[in-house]
Amino acid sequence: MNTKISFQQTSCAFPVNGATFVAVDRVSLDIADREVVTVVGPSGCGKSTLLNMAAGLVNPTGGDVYVDGTPVREPGPERGVIFQQYALFPWLTVRANVEFGLTLQRGVGRAERRRRAQHFIDLVGLTDFADALPKTLSGGMRQRCAIARAYAVNPSILLMDEPFGALDALTRVQMQDQLLRAWSAEQRTIMFITHDVDEAVYLANRVVVMAARPGRIKEIIPVELPYPRSEAHRLSPEFAKIRNRVWHAVYHQTPEEEPAT
Amino acid sequence: MLALNVVAVAVGLGVWAGLARAGVEGLPGPVAVARRGWELIESGTLLKDTAASLRRVLIGFLLGSLLAIPVGFLMGWYVTARGLIEPYVQFFRTIPPLAIIPLAIVLLGIGETPKIFVITLAAFLSSVISTFQGVVSVDKTLINAARVLGARDGVTFRRVVVPASSPFILVGMRIGLGSAWATLVAAELIAAQQGVGYRMQQAQLYYDLPTIFVGLITIGVLGLIMDRILLLIERRLTRWQERR
Repeated sequence: MNTKISFQQTSCAFPVNGATFVAVDRVSLDIADREVVTVVGPSGCGKSTLLNMAAGLVNPTGGDVYVDGTPVREPGPERGVIFQQYALFPWLTVRANVEFGLTLQRGVGRAERRRRAQHFIDLVGLTDFADALPKTLSGGMRQRCAIARAYAVNPSILLMDEPFGALDALTRVQMQDQLLRAWSAEQRTIMFITHDVDEAVYLANRVVVMAARPGRIKEIIPVELPYPRSEAHRLSPEFAKIRNRVWHAVYHQTPEEEPAT
Repeated sequence: MLALNVVAVAVGLGVWAGLARAGVEGLPGPVAVARRGWELIESGTLLKDTAASLRRVLIGFLLGSLLAIPVGFLMGWYVTARGLIEPYVQFFRTIPPLAIIPLAIVLLGIGETPKIFVITLAAFLSSVISTFQGVVSVDKTLINAARVLGARDGVTFRRVVVPASSPFILVGMRIGLGSAWATLVAAELIAAQQGVGYRMQQAQLYYDLPTIFVGLITIGVLGLIMDRILLLIERRLTRWQERR
């Protein structure tokens, strides 16, 4: 399998109150083409920084991140990012939000833009809200709009930073299923940050568990459950076993394991 | 709500009439003021004065705002520009625009220029800070969202920073209009031949209280109308905002 995203000894440090804070310390990780990798860890373990480096929003201070073999220097439309806070443009309607990325692409005419936006608005179930402003939408609908906006520019990679973190448990499960359905249809590479162990296991081909201070990979746990996944998998003993393993890796990070700083 | 407002105005007028009747030294009653107001309207004086004053306020306000918006954007977007401009803005902000009047007269003479200059300065200083604040406080995630969709700096600025900071700019413009209006009367004390402020000063010389009242009411009413118009525009342009 081809490597899509490759972190090679990637570090990121920045000054905080005069001291140097190492958010990510020499992380190496290969994510294969069309793989779903989830990243879990305690807050401050650098999981968001890791994702932002792949997105090109934060520059590594050591090592590099490669996408399709090219080092990442800046954001690009082939890497869609979905933020926890939705980040919809509040002055634009759902349709205009979804069309935003397309208006920046050369050679996409008005009619084509409209057609493509409509396709993704329908896909995420916002057909009746296409002309609504974000302020009138619920949290789940806003996040679906953000997903449609990211899909519309047809990225080969989706970088998702705790996208369902602010949603209620029920909506969250629905969004996870929707995401996996869309993924099986379009087969993008997904890097998904979460602090929810269930979510991490349910979505992933591999779960990357990170540790804090400095942020580093503690363990990579493969999830040997077949896709497409359903409730049956979520409630299976195999799922519970993997979930326990991830849980222990996340929540039983003994202080001894942290190197002295 | 509106009923309460009407009641408040009626009670206010009543108290005023009562005080005047009770014989507070020299205080004209509402009827006397209304009569004088009508005389001034009939003779065309009030209209001419109002037109002269409005012209100054509007020119000063428009110039000030038109200048403040690009300068505020520059300060918010480029750290260098901020470093260069901010000391001046902060310094001149501490000087009341009225204190500039003597300097303006000496340098610019006694025509329309010094008056408009002072009003422009007042409007500019009030709205430049607000615009700058607006640009600085644009949610960083929105900028990142535009960048990951493929937007370059120019596009991000035009399509994210400008709309996202528009509520601040409009608030700044309202404050600017307030200061322009507040500076007007004082500016018209500079040897003006026309204007509501000038008329009031003339009236002061002749102990003509009803005319002073007419002037005050005119200024209040016009200021209120202009503020409401801007508020309406603001509501319309920022309808997308979530209000608590």
